Amino acid sequence: MADTTVPPPSSISGPRLGRAVRSALITAVVGAGLFSLMIGVRTEAGPAGGLVFWTRWTELGWMVAASFVAGFVREIVIQRSGEGVLEALMPAAFKRFINVVARLLGPALLAFAVLMPIIFYDQRYILDLGILALTYVMLGWGLNIVVGLAGLLDLGYVAFYAVGAYSYALFSTTFGLSFWLCLPIAGILAAFWGVLLGFPVLRLKGDYLAIVTLAFGEIIRLVIVNWQSLTGGPNGITGIPRPSFFGVPFSAGPEGFAELFGIAFSPTHRIVFLFYVILALALLTNWVTIRLRRLPIGRAWEALREDEIACRSLGINTTTTKLTAFATGAMFGGFAGAFFATRQGFISPESFSFQESALVLAIVVLGGMGSQLGVALAAVTMIGGFELFRGLDQYRMLVFGMAMVAIMVWRPRGLIGSRTPSIYLKTPTQISASLVKEGHG
Amino acid sequence: MEYFLQQFINGIALGSIYGLIALGYTMVYGIIGMINFAHGDIFMIGGFIALIAFLCLVALGVTAVPLALFLVLIIAMLITALYGWVVERVAYRPLRHSFRLAPMLSAIGMAFVLGNFVQIAQGARVKPLPPLIPGGLILIDNGGFVVQVSNVQIIVVLTTLALMVIFSLIVARTRLGRDMRACEQDRTMAALLGVDTDRVISTTFVIGAALAAVAGFMYLIYYGVIDFYIGFVAGIKAFTAAVLGGIGSLPGAMLGGLAIGLIETMWSAYFSVQYRDVAAFSILIVVLIFMPTGLLGRPEIEKV
Repeated sequence: MADTTVPPPSSISGPRLGRAVRSALITAVVGAGLFSLMIGVRTEAGPAGGLVFWTRWTELGWMVAASFVAGFVREIVIQRSGEGVLEALMPAAFKRFINVVARLLGPALLAFAVLMPIIFYDQRYILDLGILALTYVMLGWGLNIVVGLAGLLDLGYVAFYAVGAYSYALFSTTFGLSFWLCLPIAGILAAFWGVLLGFPVLRLKGDYLAIVTLAFGEIIRLVIVNWQSLTGGPNGITGIPRPSFFGVPFSAGPEGFAELFGIAFSPTHRIVFLFYVILALALLTNWVTIRLRRLPIGRAWEALREDEIACRSLGINTTTTKLTAFATGAMFGGFAGAFFATRQGFISPESFSFQESALVLAIVVLGGMGSQLGVALAAVTMIGGFELFRGLDQYRMLVFGMAMVAIMVWRPRGLIGSRTPSIYLKTPTQISASLVKEGHG
Repeated sequence: MEYFLQQFINGIALGSIYGLIALGYTMVYGIIGMINFAHGDIFMIGGFIALIAFLCLVALGVTAVPLALFLVLIIAMLITALYGWVVERVAYRPLRHSFRLAPMLSAIGMAFVLGNFVQIAQGARVKPLPPLIPGGLILIDNGGFVVQVSNVQIIVVLTTLALMVIFSLIVARTRLGRDMRACEQDRTMAALLGVDTDRVISTTFVIGAALAAVAGFMYLIYYGVIDFYIGFVAGIKAFTAAVLGGIGSLPGAMLGGLAIGLIETMWSAYFSVQYRDVAAFSILIVVLIFMPTGLLGRPEIEKV
């Protein structure tokens, strides 16, 4: 590969420029059609109950101009990509460098995560962001068991997150149970719901499975919204106990954590503790997944993802295989939910909308479905990206949607699109995931 | 009895709207075997375009209501069809040979794009439209409960019927319909025999979007309010309708739509309004599990 010479890209001129301009013009016309009424005219409910509207020609003009540019750039990129320019940008040395980085990336990230509370001890904002990112890393790894390993597309994962959060909230506020007692309960309950959902959908495949899990997630949310006497309805549950250091509260009093260890009281202690709790939970998820992959059940999951019919012919019980995948994934979702409830101190159905499911799914897909490191990177990228758009809250989901489409179009196999076989002779060979045939699981 | 009759009429009108949206799902599923998750939002966009077009026409001085409504319908269908075309071109066509989850995920992304685009472009608040077509037929008036069919309901049902007939004729009689059926049976073979499959798929999306625009328009005049969030729930219900009727089957979609409309209305009337959507979602789950081919669908044969 290294000594193949790539012809220098010729300059853009003549017929190619003409084609680009033509494509740009078409895009602009289409854009004008799309945006004419949507952008050009803005409607709003008037003060008297009727409708008022006003025109926005400038904005419309900008959108059409943007369409023109987009069409032009797209055509140029397509023309260029056929010449191997992108390949030429990646010399062999660079590829080797990437390989080295990729091998060191996991341990480096882990070390960074462990040291983060020490490095950023004074910056609560960064610690909070870290906790949020780790929560999504954990959710991503949990869903990865279902989607990435077993190949079952689950659009209602947030339901298990909700089950976990509400179990902790209800058990701790009604019975006064502690977080460490509630955590396994939340996990067990979520796993139970996972099996409950898993049973009826066993026969479904692909898209149908996705839609049913989506409906299931929505049903759970709607029940939470409407069952006011138990869940508080849309108002949610407040006053969920904050975490304590195994029974020692993080308070300034004589019984508090600071007093016990003889250090000055600081509200940061709790944040740091939360950070390590979620880090430990996330690492537990990762560790369990890695171990399970080496067990027969993990192998069965991956076999199921690749070809269900072959699986069945080889005597794998697809029923239990699917159910364990659902239950294991749901259990980690439940853990994450319980953690979410104790961190927030307040939960409401708003936190468990379909958008949340889609976000976690997007993390798994962007991460490369099945790659633990990829999922972690994707979660950090996603949460960091959302944070960048904090000021532009309403554009957040728009950009998220566009990113999802763009990933599917350009890099459908995610950031780390290679698969290392879990069992091999002498040396593992990485192959591109696009070479793997995926059956209908 | 009167109460039931009234609910029945309401259910039929609502079911017609679901049926029109369901046609879009079922056609796309029939041809390329994917759930066009963004279809519900296309329906919502159709409603919005209709609203804006109506305002513009009134501002331009078109005050005769029938003429205005007709023009609004045409404009909404055209522009929404363009949306359908663009969505297919941008988000689905490049994924034709990708792995099987890719189009679904891309469609979810597209649904977010469309929903949030409208939220940004037109604001998040509910948009009201004053009732345009007043009056109705009183069927039973025995002094107590009055059963009536409003003119809007008549228009909704008649338009749906007319479109259904036209559409069935297109599929059964025209060259395009034949190409569509060929693609549905075997896309590779159809392509080998000279059918421009890309064009047929595009046309399917365009027709589906135009029908969704009609549904959006009727939703608008029926309920008189619209907001950017209606697409998600209406989309899932219409998908339920398509599955219930047997996905891939056109009369099935209409039948499923009517069934879902009736079930939803009856459920709200006799049980609880709050759990209305739960009922629709539960039906979806139950149908998919126990009757995956629906009422009129063909069983899918699994090939190794």
